[in-house]
Amino acid sequence: MLGIVRQNVGGARGLSSQGLGNYVMRLRPVASAMRNYSAGTKEMTVRDALNSTLDEEMAADPNVYVMGEEVGEYQGAYKITKGLLDKYGPERVVDTPITEAGFAGIGVGSAYHGLRPVIEFMTFNFSMQAIDHVINSAAKSNYMSAGQINVPIVFRGPNGPAAGVGAQHSQCYGAWYGSVPGLKVLVPYSSEDARGLLKAAIRDPDPVVFLENELLYGESFPVSAEALDSSFCLPIGKAKIEREGKDITITAFSKMVGYALKAAEILEKDGINAEVINLRSIRPLDRATINASVRKTNRLVTVEEGFPQHGIGAEICASVVEDSFGYLDAPIERIAGADVPTPYAANLERMAFPQIEDIVRAAKRVCYRSVPLAATA
Amino acid sequence: MAFARRSFKPISTTTSFFRRRLLTTTTDDITVETSVPFTGHNCEPPSRSVSTNPKELLSFFTDMALMRRMEIAADSLYKSKLIRGFCHLYDGQEAVCVGMEAAITKKDCIITAYRDHCIFLGRGGTLLESFAELMGRQAGCSKGKGGSMHFYKKDACFFGGHGIVGAQVPLGCGLAFAQKFRKEDHVTFAMYGDGAANQGQLFEALNMAALWDLPAILVCENNHYGMGTAEWRAAKSPAYYKRGDYVPGLKVDGMDAFAVKQACKFAKEHALKNGPIILEMDTYRYHGHSMSDPGSTYRTRDEISGVRQERDPIERIRKLILAHDLATEKELKDIEKQARKEVDEAIAQAKESPMPEESELFTNVYRKGLGVESFGTDRKELRATLP
Repeated sequence: MLGIVRQNVGGARGLSSQGLGNYVMRLRPVASAMRNYSAGTKEMTVRDALNSTLDEEMAADPNVYVMGEEVGEYQGAYKITKGLLDKYGPERVVDTPITEAGFAGIGVGSAYHGLRPVIEFMTFNFSMQAIDHVINSAAKSNYMSAGQINVPIVFRGPNGPAAGVGAQHSQCYGAWYGSVPGLKVLVPYSSEDARGLLKAAIRDPDPVVFLENELLYGESFPVSAEALDSSFCLPIGKAKIEREGKDITITAFSKMVGYALKAAEILEKDGINAEVINLRSIRPLDRATINASVRKTNRLVTVEEGFPQHGIGAEICASVVEDSFGYLDAPIERIAGADVPTPYAANLERMAFPQIEDIVRAAKRVCYRSVPLAATA
Repeated sequence: MAFARRSFKPISTTTSFFRRRLLTTTTDDITVETSVPFTGHNCEPPSRSVSTNPKELLSFFTDMALMRRMEIAADSLYKSKLIRGFCHLYDGQEAVCVGMEAAITKKDCIITAYRDHCIFLGRGGTLLESFAELMGRQAGCSKGKGGSMHFYKKDACFFGGHGIVGAQVPLGCGLAFAQKFRKEDHVTFAMYGDGAANQGQLFEALNMAALWDLPAILVCENNHYGMGTAEWRAAKSPAYYKRGDYVPGLKVDGMDAFAVKQACKFAKEHALKNGPIILEMDTYRYHGHSMSDPGSTYRTRDEISGVRQERDPIERIRKLILAHDLATEKELKDIEKQARKEVDEAIAQAKESPMPEESELFTNVYRKGLGVESFGTDRKELRATLP
């Protein structure tokens, strides 16, 4: 499968000579597709990764507590907090009424006074009820008080679409929260991400919005011994190169990382060697890693599930144009959710969120125009 | 009671709270009656008889005179454009924060909305920090980065200073949550106005505070106008002390510092044993809602001057002091003159304080900046690394 260049596509332009020529394929195993067990490699679901992290952090610091709807007796709406109530008691695993504005505010107030709350929103759609506390009460406090009042709080929960949950339960809030100075916004993909980033979030003295994904909770990923250690932390603000490549850069976060990796496998067969970046952090955004990658590959496709206008891809695009314009061999492409409220019907919902073929198509477009320029005028 | 009179020592020119050392027996008990009895909701109201002493009486006068002076001076500063943006003045309401402080400690928490200058002073903040913050200078309590609505004093458990109406109430219940979590013997006073009293989040937080027996005291400073809207136009039931339903409440004359003191003492005891309670302070603001509001389009000048005549909190204490022969009229006038002097000196000092360094634009975005980049308006022109 190496060395295929121009045959398969009727593009007017081929790749630059640096593109597909001779290259060495370095494929990382796609975590969800392969189950390589070497001695000592364990597998863990994202759900268990989050659960074990909460458990360890609560054991390590008595100021850490969990609060939200159904986190206690119900064992968590998505079972992320399973077993914690039995272990830590109702003072540290606090079931709330369905009053997001109230309990988010209570969480922030307790953080003002030095506790370390982990507030669960059953989904981030409901965070809109409490968004004033996330932004005005939490994010801005350290600045407005010139450093007197820091807010060591974590807001976590599933973000973005699930499956068939309709318009009010499917929105991605990465772009909204990612625009606010004073917040840190993390987006784990794998189980290692989940452990390392959640630990970093809980230990961080600033407010962190931790955007999970419901459909990833049940997915298993290999976890290293290092990641299983209770002191394992990932740095906030650093993206991960999930798959190295030379021809194009694909940025993604959360569930879309898995899609991007699958798209990369397909592109490989067409002779396009894609580099996949798992953002891990929307704020701070790892512009350095993204730009370094684009300077290497000269082409970029951004992928996200959220609405396209003012989205994460738009910010990445602007950043790359500002910092690495001269390195681009093609305009940047954005793959995002459709610009519509999420429909329920399965076929329409499928059209509303990026599919692997969308990523593949956009990647091919940045490699060579599949449609002559004149036709797009 | 006769007290030996001595000429009072010259007052030091520190900008901290004006303190006078009385050479008389300062802790002799005096009993004062509140102006009106308390009205209880789901609770037995406390007695109208409040015990105090000469020292406390004089400190009430001194403290309130200072606060009054500060707010009036802020009015002038605003009109001369040295204070910008929003400026919400507290004159008329001084008895609430002074009475409250007399009943509590600096380990009890206070959180309030944007009418926070005097509460900051009550928690131990200085005039300099206050004026400098209003003028956006480095010596301000928030180093000039907060402004009028964002005064804080964490070491005295004063948590601001909030601009979003009603938000401070769940935050205050959160402070109480932390106090209970840590098994402290302290309480939180979450202050809000009659305008905020209808906010949904208040009831959400109150429900949880009651469910979990949090030591939260919700203090409604009912000055009868939510910005330009009179309480009867905003609330179907303006009996705010009853709005907690299952949560007990007390209606208090908020212009009577001793009624406030008694109510807060009562509330603290209650909250530590039984969870949340609501205090409604019947009070009044002489200024409009903010400096942008003349305050006379929705209420009559007669009403304002009537309250000033009949219910002014400082006048009330003055009468009490004179009635108990604790100072002469001249001595009290001297205290007010001294307050004026301290305020003027603090303003002069605040004016000397420079505006923040330009690099301060980028500080305190995070407690832990992780070396992240931040940008000015033109990112090719100005970038910074957040420490």
